[in-house]
Amino acid sequence: MNQFWRNIRPEQLRELSLVLIIALAVLFFGSQIENYYHPRTFNRIASSVAILAVVAAGQTLVVIMRNIDLSVGSIVGFTAYFTGRILVNSPEMSPVAAIILAMLMGGGLGVINGLIIAYGNVPAIITTLGTLAIYRAVLVNGANAESIITSALPTWLVDLPRLNAFTFGEIQIRAVVLLALIVVIIFQLAVTFLPWGRRLYAIGSNPHAAEMAGLPVKRTTVSVYAICGALCGIGGFLFLARFGTITVVAAQGMELQVVAAVVVGGVNIFGGSGSLIGALLGTILIATLEQSLLRWRVISEFWRDAVLGLLILLAVTTDSLILKNLRSWWGRSTQTDSPSPATHQAEIEVEIEEVAS
Amino acid sequence: MNRKSLIDRLLQWETLLAIIFVVVVLINISLSPFYLSLQNQVNLFHLSIEKIIVALVMTLIIINAEIDLSVASIMGLAACVFAFVWDDGFTLGTAISAALLVGALAGAINGFFVAYVGLPSLVVTLAGLIAYRGLARVLVEDRSIGDFPEGFDALGQDPLFGPLTFGIILFFIGLAIMIVVLQRSGFGRKTYVVGNSIEVAEYSGVNAKRLKMILFILSGLVSAIAGILIAARLGAVRGSTAEGFELDIITMVLLGGVSIFGGSGTLTGVGLAILIILNMRNGMSLANVSGNAQTGVIGLLLILSVLVPNLLQWVQTKLNDPRTSGQT
Repeated sequence: MNQFWRNIRPEQLRELSLVLIIALAVLFFGSQIENYYHPRTFNRIASSVAILAVVAAGQTLVVIMRNIDLSVGSIVGFTAYFTGRILVNSPEMSPVAAIILAMLMGGGLGVINGLIIAYGNVPAIITTLGTLAIYRAVLVNGANAESIITSALPTWLVDLPRLNAFTFGEIQIRAVVLLALIVVIIFQLAVTFLPWGRRLYAIGSNPHAAEMAGLPVKRTTVSVYAICGALCGIGGFLFLARFGTITVVAAQGMELQVVAAVVVGGVNIFGGSGSLIGALLGTILIATLEQSLLRWRVISEFWRDAVLGLLILLAVTTDSLILKNLRSWWGRSTQTDSPSPATHQAEIEVEIEEVAS
Repeated sequence: MNRKSLIDRLLQWETLLAIIFVVVVLINISLSPFYLSLQNQVNLFHLSIEKIIVALVMTLIIINAEIDLSVASIMGLAACVFAFVWDDGFTLGTAISAALLVGALAGAINGFFVAYVGLPSLVVTLAGLIAYRGLARVLVEDRSIGDFPEGFDALGQDPLFGPLTFGIILFFIGLAIMIVVLQRSGFGRKTYVVGNSIEVAEYSGVNAKRLKMILFILSGLVSAIAGILIAARLGAVRGSTAEGFELDIITMVLLGGVSIFGGSGTLTGVGLAILIILNMRNGMSLANVSGNAQTGVIGLLLILSVLVPNLLQWVQTKLNDPRTSGQT
C-alpha cells in the first residue's frame, strides 16, 4: 500500500478525484433527468468542452508560469469575427488556411501581451486587463456594426461541428472534439518532456531563481503568451464554426469561465504546479454541470452560476487544505528510503542526543 | 533601490497624472463649449457615482495586496435583494437593511476564505463574482423590478444640496473618511504594512487576518450601498445590474498608482485617476466616441501608465551611466 502511494503524485491523485467527481455528477444527473444517457447529451457536452478546453490549455500554460491572461475572451471574439469576415469575403479559402489564419491572428495579439509583460515590466494582470478592453474596442470599431451571419459562411464551416471523426459504438466522436483533445495532449507532452515546458514550472515556482539560474525568462514569457493567443485563435475558429452568427460581443466574459476551469482543474493560481489534463477535466466538469443543470427540473436554470461559483470555492479549498498536507507527506516519504516519518524523527532525535553528549 | 528614489518615483507618478488631467481638461474645453457648464460637471460624476464610491474601498483592498473581483456582483446582488424584498411588500427600511446585510455577509464570506482558509483572493473573489451574480439571477430571474417609491428614486436622481446629488455628497464624505483612515490612523498604517509583507506584519503583532476580514466586509458593505444607489438612479433592477463594473473600478485604482502587489499607493493618485477617467469618458462622449472605444482608450491608458514610467526609467539609467548600466 505504501509503495502504491509513493508512486502516485498528489497532482495525479487530484486528477483521479476529479474523474470521480465527474462520474458521480453524471450518475446523479442520470438518475434525475429522463433520457440523460443519450448520445445527444454526450455530444452537447463535448462540443461545448471543445472550445473551452483549447482556450483553457493556453491559459494553463500562462498560469503555470505565474502569470494570467484576462484577454482570452476578447482574443476569441476578435479571431472568431475577423476569420468569419475573411471567409465571407473569400469563401474559396481552404479549411487549413482558415485555421492557420485564425491562429496567426490570435498569436499576434498574444505576442503583444507577452512583449508588454516581459520587456515593458508591466504586471500581467494590468496588461491583460488593458488588452481585454483594447482588443474588444478594436473589434467593435472594425466591425462597423455588422454581424457575421451563418448563411454567408462557406458550407464546410457550417457543417464542421457535426462532422464525425469516428464512431465509437453509439457515441460519435466529433472532429472538433478530436482537435481539442489533440491540442491538450500535444501540450501536456510538451510541458512534461520538453526543456521549454520544464522551464514554465521553474519560472512559475520562483521567477527570481529562474532568472538567476540563467533561464530565458523574458523569451519564454513571450512564447507562452504567443501560444496562448494562437490557441485562443483556434478557440475563435471553433466558436465561429459552432455558432455561425458572430456579433461583436462574441465570447465576452469567457475569461472568467476559462480561469474557473483552470482553477477547478487544480492548476495553482500562484504558478509552478498543475497540468493540462487537470484543466481539461476541470473544463469537462464545468461543462457537464452547465449542460445538466439546464435540464434538471428541480431547481431553476438560474441556479447554474451560483452552483458554479460554489464549486470553484470547494475545489480550491480542498486543494489547499488536503493536498498541501499530502504533498509534504509525499515529499518526505520519497526523499529517503526510511519508510515512515516516525522512524525518521527517531533518527533525528538520536543524532541530536549524540551531538549534545 | 533607496528610499529617496522611491519617493521620487511616487512624486513623478502623481505629477504625471496631474499633467494628463490638465491635458484632458484642455482638450475637452476645446471640444465643446458645454463641457465647463456646471450641469455637465455634475453629470460627469453622477453617471459613474457607484463605481467611484467602490473604487475608494478597492484602494484599501489592493494596498493590502489583495483584490476583490466580486464587487460588481455584490452591487448587483444587493440591488436585487433590495428590489426583491421591496417587491414582496416590505417597507423601504427593511429592504435597504436586507440589502446592506447581504452585502456585508457576501464580503464576510470572501474575507473568511481569504483570511482564515488562506486561499488567494483572486480565486475566492472570482468564485464570488460568478456565485453572487448567480444568486442575483436566482432572485430576479429574467424580470425587471421597478416601481420604487418616488422619494427613493429622487434620492438617486435629483440634486439634494445645491447641484449635488445624494450619491456625490456620499462620495466626498467617503473620500474624506478614507483619507483620514489611510493617512492618519493606525488601521491605515497596518493596511500598508500587511500589504508590504504579511509575515513581517504578523511578527510585529499586527492581526493581519482580522484586518483582511474587516476590509472584505467593508468592501461588501460599500458595494451594497453602491448597489442600492444604482437601483435608485436607474429606477429599476435586473439580474445584470452593474455587470462588468469591476474592470472599470480596478482600472481606476491601478491607474492611480496603487501597486497591484500591495504596500504602496495613495488616495491622491486614485482621486486624480478617477478625475482623468471621468473627464476622458465625458470628453469622448461629447466628441461622439462610442462607449466601447472609450473603454479601449482607458485600457490603453492603464497599460501606458505603467509602461511609460518603466521605459523612462530604463532610458534614464542608460543615459546616466552608459558603461555600468549592465551591472546593477
